[in-house]
Amino acid sequence: MSAAPPAPPAPPAPPASPSQAATDAPVISIRGLEKAFGELEVLCGVDLDVSPAENVVVLGRSGSGKSVLIKIVVGLLQPDRGQVVVLGQRVHQLSRKDLDALRRRVGFSFQSSALYDSMNVFQNLEFPLMMNIQGLSSAEVKERIEAALEEVGLADTMQQMPSELSGGQRKRIGIARTLILRPEIMLYDEPTAGLDPVTSGEINDLILKVQEDYGTSSIIITHDLTCARNTGGRVAMLVDGRIYRVGAFDEVFGTEDPQVRGFYNYNFTTRGQP
Amino acid sequence: MSTLPPEPVEVDPPSPRSRRDAVVITPHVDAFGVGMRDGAAFFARFFAEAVRPPFHIRELIRQCYEVGYRSLPLITVTGFITGIVFTKQSRPSLAAFGATSWLPSLITIALVRSLAPLVTALICAGKVGSSIGAELGSMKVTEQIEAMEVSAINPFKYLVVTRTLATTLMVPLLALYFSFVGLVGAYMNIHGQEAASLASFLKSGFSTITFLDVWSSMSKAIAYGFTIGLIASYKGFRATSGTQGVGRAANASVVLAMFVIFIEEVLIVQIVTFLRDL
Repeated sequence: MSAAPPAPPAPPAPPASPSQAATDAPVISIRGLEKAFGELEVLCGVDLDVSPAENVVVLGRSGSGKSVLIKIVVGLLQPDRGQVVVLGQRVHQLSRKDLDALRRRVGFSFQSSALYDSMNVFQNLEFPLMMNIQGLSSAEVKERIEAALEEVGLADTMQQMPSELSGGQRKRIGIARTLILRPEIMLYDEPTAGLDPVTSGEINDLILKVQEDYGTSSIIITHDLTCARNTGGRVAMLVDGRIYRVGAFDEVFGTEDPQVRGFYNYNFTTRGQP
Repeated sequence: MSTLPPEPVEVDPPSPRSRRDAVVITPHVDAFGVGMRDGAAFFARFFAEAVRPPFHIRELIRQCYEVGYRSLPLITVTGFITGIVFTKQSRPSLAAFGATSWLPSLITIALVRSLAPLVTALICAGKVGSSIGAELGSMKVTEQIEAMEVSAINPFKYLVVTRTLATTLMVPLLALYFSFVGLVGAYMNIHGQEAASLASFLKSGFSTITFLDVWSSMSKAIAYGFTIGLIASYKGFRATSGTQGVGRAANASVVLAMFVIFIEEVLIVQIVTFLRDL
């Protein structure tokens, strides 16, 4: 079934103008990235740049290596070949100390939220803060935690345990936990996976709000086209371990290429209108 | 639509780790080799991380409380019952030779030299080892350990070093406590049968205990505590495959820790026997 795709609204303008972004050095630069797990080649030469204050959405099917890509960017996985430069530093040549210093400038929102389930919400946010910033008074800690929770609209959940939160709330707390260190780059791994459309929309709004308030650059990993259209300044499609197409949402999907159309049609016609 | 500029790609050489992972002899040999290599690396990393700041003292104290204080009820009951049962079952054999007066010495030697460290370690391997394996395994499969890493927190130092140090410190103390309650149980049994005084029981019991006995007992308990903490942490850190993996990690923590404890028992007894004969 190949119904005519609905005309999607224009993606929101990124905070920095394209010309300005083009002149700035990329905050993330990925070149020739390769990664295999045993015989399975997941990434086969990925090239991607992210400019300052730009949101780049990486789209692809499940198992296409999207999460592997951002885990390599933050140094959680070692690439087999290729180069990843984040904020001017080659990630995989850094010492442990320098890598930690870089990670303080990069926020990572996990697909599963990855909240520490033995800690309540306050402690989840307090933990990275206390471990990374010495000499903060308890009043300052509380103030920063309250500010981060207010940013995600969950200031009243401070004493709740992660098990008492809904999926959407957990995602928001996960994002708040990364914001507590005031990162320059945000990496979102499937931010809307498993959420209802309304909550997904709220998470999309939150991603844009974070970009606006903190001036962050982001890579957003998703297979949700609504999320891609609403949050991404640029969209990069990952197919067969390579970036297949990259550009604005309308440019990427304004094609009859079956690889792209198939992905689009599945999202917008099989599952209904976004 | 923009495409990426076709600039020459400057790439880093393949990582040493990926080259190592590519070497496969046979699946079983390779898995065993990888397990040994990773286990040795984990062991070596513990010492490298343990001596390097920052030191998570608060977490260490919390773990000592979890391992030590929370094991007290189980150790109390087990130690007390061991003392009573061992005394009751030893009495007929000694009575046959008219040597019931040796009962305090026999019990004290058995408890201090062997039973206290070994039984305490086996209890802790079951109670504490499974708990650490399951906790860290659960954290691994739910990406909580990776969340620590991306927050610039060293999970090895925060989770592994603190737990392993806690078991290394607490198991010897629990073994001492086990000896104490075991002797209380033994004394109550002897006192019930023969109305022996506490002073004569202690005098008779400790007359045969040497410094080497106490030293070897504590050495064993320290080694067992370290084994329990490190193996449980290792198994938890390597957990995969969701909840099933967590269960496997908890189970493997106990089984492997007990296996290694028995090997250590044999080795340490050999060393102590050699020292005793010098």
